[in-house]
Amino acid sequence: MKTKSKILIALSALLMLSAYFLPLWKIILEAPQYPEGLEMKIWLNGITGNVDQINGLNHYIGMQLIVVENFWEFKVLPYLYAVIVAFGFFVAWRGKLNLLWVWMGILVVFAVFGFTDFYLWEYDYGHNLDPHAAIKVEGMSYQPPLIGYKQLLNFLAGSLPDIGGIFVGIGGFIAISVLFFEHKLKNKFGTK
Amino acid sequence: MDLLSKKSLILLTTPLIMAIGCKPGKVSETTDTDAAKKVYVAPGKLDELYMFASGGFSGQLAAYGIPSGRLLKVIPVFAQNAENGWGYNEETKPMLNTSHGFVPWDDAHHPELSKTNGEDDGRWIFINGNNTPRIARIDLSTFKTVEIIELPNSAGNHASPFCTENTEYLVGNTRFSVPEEGADDVPIDTYKENFQGNVSFVSVDKNSGAMDVAFQIRVPGFNYDLAHAGKGPSGDWMFFTTYNTEQAHTLLEVNASQKDKDFVMALNWRKAEALIKAGKGKKTSAKYAHNVLNEKSHTATSTMKSSVLVLDVKDHPELIYYIPCPKSPHGVDVTPDGEFMVASGKLAAALPVFSFKKMLEAIKNKSYEGTVAGNIPVLKYESVLQGEVKKPGLGPLHTEFDDKGFAYTTMFVSSEIVKWRLSDLEIIDRIPVYYSPGHLSVPGGDSKKPYGKYVVALNKITKDRYLPTGPELTQSAQLIDITGNKMKLLLDFPTIGEPHYAQMIPAEKITKHQVRFYKIEENEHKYVTKSENDARVVRTGNRVDIYMTAIRSHLAPDNIEGVKVGDEVYFHLTNLEQDWDVPHGFAIKGANTAELLVMPGETNTLKWNPDRPGMFPYYCTDFCSALHQEMQGYLRVSPKGSATPLKYGIGTKIVQK
Repeated sequence: MKTKSKILIALSALLMLSAYFLPLWKIILEAPQYPEGLEMKIWLNGITGNVDQINGLNHYIGMQLIVVENFWEFKVLPYLYAVIVAFGFFVAWRGKLNLLWVWMGILVVFAVFGFTDFYLWEYDYGHNLDPHAAIKVEGMSYQPPLIGYKQLLNFLAGSLPDIGGIFVGIGGFIAISVLFFEHKLKNKFGTK
Repeated sequence: MDLLSKKSLILLTTPLIMAIGCKPGKVSETTDTDAAKKVYVAPGKLDELYMFASGGFSGQLAAYGIPSGRLLKVIPVFAQNAENGWGYNEETKPMLNTSHGFVPWDDAHHPELSKTNGEDDGRWIFINGNNTPRIARIDLSTFKTVEIIELPNSAGNHASPFCTENTEYLVGNTRFSVPEEGADDVPIDTYKENFQGNVSFVSVDKNSGAMDVAFQIRVPGFNYDLAHAGKGPSGDWMFFTTYNTEQAHTLLEVNASQKDKDFVMALNWRKAEALIKAGKGKKTSAKYAHNVLNEKSHTATSTMKSSVLVLDVKDHPELIYYIPCPKSPHGVDVTPDGEFMVASGKLAAALPVFSFKKMLEAIKNKSYEGTVAGNIPVLKYESVLQGEVKKPGLGPLHTEFDDKGFAYTTMFVSSEIVKWRLSDLEIIDRIPVYYSPGHLSVPGGDSKKPYGKYVVALNKITKDRYLPTGPELTQSAQLIDITGNKMKLLLDFPTIGEPHYAQMIPAEKITKHQVRFYKIEENEHKYVTKSENDARVVRTGNRVDIYMTAIRSHLAPDNIEGVKVGDEVYFHLTNLEQDWDVPHGFAIKGANTAELLVMPGETNTLKWNPDRPGMFPYYCTDFCSALHQEMQGYLRVSPKGSATPLKYGIGTKIVQK
């Protein structure tokens, strides 16, 4: 691999490292009484933001409380993710195309797993409601969108990547670009 | 017959018609044609300034937005306020304690913003209680009265609570001179021998704001009306106006208006402070209450103090000088540069402007015209006078300053505000106000750096200015634009109580440190309930403590049994909400106190004595949520001595003891 590619892979891993310092995802809620919005930030190891207010409001529709301790993911993710990022640096150091393929595979699996898990949680919170809730609307569930906006009663719910998530995304994009570019080189010159 | 010709008829009647038609005109009302635009604050937009106006006989302080004139909040200070339980709930009752016991009312006159380097800093606002002499401190991050200190040896705390440049001290001087406390059972007609004035210096801790009566100075027995601290060059001095230097004790209307001149009293507080530090103060017994609201425990405590340090000017005549001032002066106001003192003699024909430099010269040269009270020097009027504003109007009362070198003085009798120039004392403009203004207010108008832009007239009479409301009418203020050469009336707006005086401050100085709610984890209330799981009822003899929580939309516990007639019941309600603007209220049938209005993260206690067996509903009084109406409970009261067990809970969590 070209030195430039190695540097780019290292940069990609470095960007992914930002997930330890920056929130990955955010769920925002806007309502007439909350023009400033309520926000919930999802990190590698937990949730911050207006969680208490959101829990307070959610109890009317019988949604389960959002409690960080209830998510096994936050206990495992910081370690699992460390291995993945470390592997990225390893790829940059060795500069082997095969290894890059392997890393790319891991990243894709991780992303698919992550989004699926996120969707399942959203589904659970949105559908498994307390049957004794004060507010019950026939046929209504409260699952926030995976990504984008959705109106849920008086709240407009948005689910979007946060700054850390954007950095991780850019890292992933760089890694794919390098893979693509290296293959073009390989096909052009047939070299190893 | 020639005399009755048409021509001669016209000639004869013309002067008559002219005489009737030439009734001298009044100055017409000059409402600015752009007024609506200048005072309109569009929905969702915020005002430029806060105005804090005293509530006068309401005992409270009100916050308004300027230029809209919208009432934002009535801050309870000296008067009980059923609306939020101030002075009714167990936490705030001690705030209204005095050496006379519980005094749930006062006459609040002069709001004073705390100052740093002579500028309003937006940390606290102080206000005096005139009747039972007190000074209150309001925290402007929470708009709550957090401290009230009583002033001993005082009566009619009117010349108060004006502060020094860095809020080192607030003063309180006596509108009523009185005999020494403890030796005051004397005939009233011994006024001249026995009565004296008394200046209190209340220190203010520059970090916590905590107040203390640092020392008092006994001064001659005149009536002390208003005060202002010097600033810059005159920063070490405090100026007071006096009336009744005649020392009348009856029919003051006449007897206290005889002399051509009363006095401005100049007091060197730095010197007094040095004397106190040097141990010259005499420790004198005095009884006065010091009440403090702790914003962590949300609970007030009242401490009765027993002594005060006193200096008598008879022993330290170098502390004060009297400056003759025509006639029964009200306001004494120091220019932003601290060089001049303007004293408004309410019965005087001219407005004297005194020079601080000349005052120092006169003191140095002993330019005295005599002494009063034995050995207190009276300086020569002419030797201190910078000049007089001639024919300012009738009944000058109070002056403030703008940022462009102009002064504004209210004329109580001629019902107008007069604008004049400091540099040459020339009158520039006058504008009628409706009616009879007392004080006026320019934002920062008593500080080193006036903000200018507006003057507000604080009127004593409204009469026909609003829709009538029976014999008792609203009080009123008027907003006037002072950006141009001519003053322009912008807005009339009603106020609470009597707005004796007001201070205005750019909003940003206050909004930047606003508290939105109290953090529940920082709540140190003795009876706090931090989690609904801890909600409970505890009986100790005939005392029943109910640890109750409120969160949208239920009170826990909401079913209580086992309370008996003769019990003393305390509802300790903690609002568990942690969001902006979600108060919960609490009321129970038959409570002869008031309701509670509990802010998020706060705990308040309502004491209740059930007087009969029966079922007593209780509920949240603040429309908190869609299910507010469901936020209710029942308390069962059984006859005295009955065996009903203590039982309480909410939903399926019911506990029986």
